[in-house]
Amino acid sequence: MIKNRTLQGYILNTLVIAVLLIVFSFVKEAFGKAGDFKLIIAPSIWQCCYLIILAASLNMTLGFLGQLSLGHCGFMAIGAYAAALISLAAERAGVFSDKSGPAFILVLVGCILIAGVLAAIVGLLVGIPALRLKGDYLAIITLGFGMIIVNIINNLPFAGQEGLALGSASASLYKNGLGFGTALKVTYIWVALAVTMISVAMMFMYVRSKYGRAIRAIRDDEIAASASGINTAFYKVFTFAYSAFFAGVAGALYACSNATLSTASFAFANGGILNSTFVVVMVVLGGMGSLTGSIVAAIIMFIVNYQIKNGVWVKLLPLWLQNIFAFPMLVYAVILIIVIMFRPKGIFGIYELSLRNFFSDMKRQRQNRLAQKQESKEALNNE
Amino acid sequence: MSDERTPILETRKLGITFGGLVAVSDFNIKIFKGELVGLIGPNGAGKTTVFNMLTGVYKPTEGSVLLDGQVLNGKKTHQFVAAGVARTFQNIRLFKQMTVLENVLVAFTKDIHYGMLDSLFRTPRYWKTEKELKTKALDLLSIFHLEDKADYIAANLPYGQQRKLEIARALATDMKLLLLDEPAAGMNPTETAELLDCINAIRNRFGIAILLIEHDMSLVMNVCERIQVIDYGVTIAKGLPEEIAKNPKVIAAYLGQ
Amino acid sequence: MSTFLQTLFVGLRLGSIYALVALGYTMVYGIIRLINFAHGDFIMVGGYTMIFTIPVMISLGLPGWVSVLLAILVCALVGMSTELIAYRPVRKKGTSMTALITAIAVSLLLENLAQAIPQIGPNPKVASKIFAAGGVRIADVTLDWTTMLTIFISIVVMVVLYQFTQKTKIGRAMRCVSEDKSASILMGINVNRTIVTTFAIGSGLAAIAALMYIAQYPKVYTTMGSMLGLKAFVAAVLGGIGIIPGAMLGGFVIGLVESFTTSYVSSSMADAFVFLILIIVLIIKPAGILGKNMGEKV
Repeated sequence: MIKNRTLQGYILNTLVIAVLLIVFSFVKEAFGKAGDFKLIIAPSIWQCCYLIILAASLNMTLGFLGQLSLGHCGFMAIGAYAAALISLAAERAGVFSDKSGPAFILVLVGCILIAGVLAAIVGLLVGIPALRLKGDYLAIITLGFGMIIVNIINNLPFAGQEGLALGSASASLYKNGLGFGTALKVTYIWVALAVTMISVAMMFMYVRSKYGRAIRAIRDDEIAASASGINTAFYKVFTFAYSAFFAGVAGALYACSNATLSTASFAFANGGILNSTFVVVMVVLGGMGSLTGSIVAAIIMFIVNYQIKNGVWVKLLPLWLQNIFAFPMLVYAVILIIVIMFRPKGIFGIYELSLRNFFSDMKRQRQNRLAQKQESKEALNNE
Repeated sequence: MSDERTPILETRKLGITFGGLVAVSDFNIKIFKGELVGLIGPNGAGKTTVFNMLTGVYKPTEGSVLLDGQVLNGKKTHQFVAAGVARTFQNIRLFKQMTVLENVLVAFTKDIHYGMLDSLFRTPRYWKTEKELKTKALDLLSIFHLEDKADYIAANLPYGQQRKLEIARALATDMKLLLLDEPAAGMNPTETAELLDCINAIRNRFGIAILLIEHDMSLVMNVCERIQVIDYGVTIAKGLPEEIAKNPKVIAAYLGQ
Repeated sequence: MSTFLQTLFVGLRLGSIYALVALGYTMVYGIIRLINFAHGDFIMVGGYTMIFTIPVMISLGLPGWVSVLLAILVCALVGMSTELIAYRPVRKKGTSMTALITAIAVSLLLENLAQAIPQIGPNPKVASKIFAAGGVRIADVTLDWTTMLTIFISIVVMVVLYQFTQKTKIGRAMRCVSEDKSASILMGINVNRTIVTTFAIGSGLAAIAALMYIAQYPKVYTTMGSMLGLKAFVAAVLGGIGIIPGAMLGGFVIGLVESFTTSYVSSSMADAFVFLILIIVLIIKPAGILGKNMGEKV
């Protein structure tokens, strides 16, 4: 019974994704060479992809495990630099030359995997001591680790602050390594989509198994979880490393879609779209404990970010509002405060959007709302 | 009572001090298979502290805990559970945002043998295990008449059912010894009577040993075969319920000298 | 030897600034169990207030440092309104996690709001000299007035604050609320007012810290408080958060660690070392140097 219903869901999801991909490939064929697709849509898709992976992976620790980590972008930085350096080394060794052919694809896949594994190893090393602490202490210690990671990368002779321009790599990613220009972003867009889908699927499988049950139990009550036979230390560290793995993968995609790398982009808070605070905003907005929520929130935040920077409609607004929009972080801060005040559980809460259950869930929600209204009416009448 | 059998639980001179303050000292108890033993004492006597030592939440500063003859000192809580001790809590600790069914499934975790790859690729082993566990969990819930509420969020259950769910979760760890910390607290007489039936049903069905902390004296006197009384962390009496009821030390501890 | 002494003085000066800021963190944390991420930005608010008022003071014939009084007032107001507008509603509804995230949001809001104000803008502003130049020579090292005053003022402030929490009625109320909020209500303490007062005092301390900071580094910019605040918070955690002497101890430790790493190891690694010390201390003593470890009651 359960298997059949789940199977139905799998089949439906696969079908919908397949249809979407086919439609997308037609669109790509038709408009791939045209300006807008090449210059705006393809880079946007790349950006959305790594934001989705990043937000979903932080949700594993923040939403499912219930531990606030403020250094998530540190793991992303490790992934980005690892992927960039390995690809540069591979190019120097002559493994590939013109960013095409099976050798390049192999290097690309290898870079993404190694980026993830390295980030996971560091996640393990950070997690073992850090996860003995809880709550605010954990937040501050992960923040510290994030800063140390970025600081160390900054001081490495072959990586460094200059965006790989100096040092032994001595070339920007754009020309060498796996930095993609706009044309290549269109060619390899399937890489971004595939990596994102596989990553999200892997996270779903994780949270919908004994592992997910165990970490949600830890989130709800750690003492009761250990009294139910769960090795809390193991599950916490393992999940932390698992989530770091995907942050590393997101970092590799980031390295692909950005011509240069700079450690400043991975700091705790800065003006850009990429920092640990921003990722927390995405997770909270989507709902702590809802992977689909994180996906939706990542896309929303990307669109908000893009629109307030580039939207045509911004020019129509009064000047003072335009001035405020010049500071995107200000807008995020306001969004975050409003969301927390009026919907502390985020858009989705712990609800997962499901294609198979979409209509039945909607129906149930409507019924719940009606029932609540009825109840409050009765309560009023009784008074 | 033959002392040749290995007791399920045995403690030898168990004691703990918190920063110089002696909370429990020289605590000795033996519980055999199928027994139901009561642990009573006035408020603050150290009953829950004993439970915390028996489950690895606190590390005893002296003495040892033996489960089936195996020394468990210095082990972590989940290792105590793996060895066969399960417990409930005085103030209910459920996984509030999870469903009733999931609350029970969590307790199976340590016995699930599928690994990371099985769950990532959803192998037949994964499906088989999950299906079996669901049946097992529903079966456990049915003892407590909770099977209809399997999909409810645990926090939304009424108080009495939350208590029962906690016991069901403890049973799911497949234990030899069940520690119940004031299971009837906050229940009305009907609910208490129902709970009593449940406890008896569990004993008959699983043949486990139960150690019970309770304030409701009538419940303790009715169900327990043996009773141990502690006051200020020291055992002041142990024996059959009738003996305990007459023991002047116990009466003094409860009514004050 | 002279490098060592110089480093020591720099460390103590930095440490006393950190300690002052850490006091603000620790007081707020002690009372509502919230890392007030916006606290560092109160320093920035104080800094800008002084930037704009020092010329006014000087034109009135008063010494420049008098503007710190205004800065204290402004910071206290900002602190109180943060509590009233953002923290209190969230505290009522959400969990500690949502409160923490609100604090981060308020911090971002303050930093970027400041940037959006045209008179402030993203570029740093330079402050005029606040304390007289010159100093005393000890051995080969010049100990300037600014350093001495910084250390002296912060020690005085700390002692006064400590006495305040121990001896006065409001101070006692603060300690009660931080121990047990609901019991304090039963004892007739106005908890909300006590919390607001704590915010006012903590934020006022941030203004004094701002004075010390710009006396030494006469540059004010919108994100000046974020790193400073973060390190001060590290200091508070290091010493044992919620404990006033702990904040002082932590502040001096962090200041010394920073100045010694800067002059003996590498200036770019100083921040990493500060966090490294925190991590080591927390792993050995999870509640900080002076903190008492209290496990969850089962």
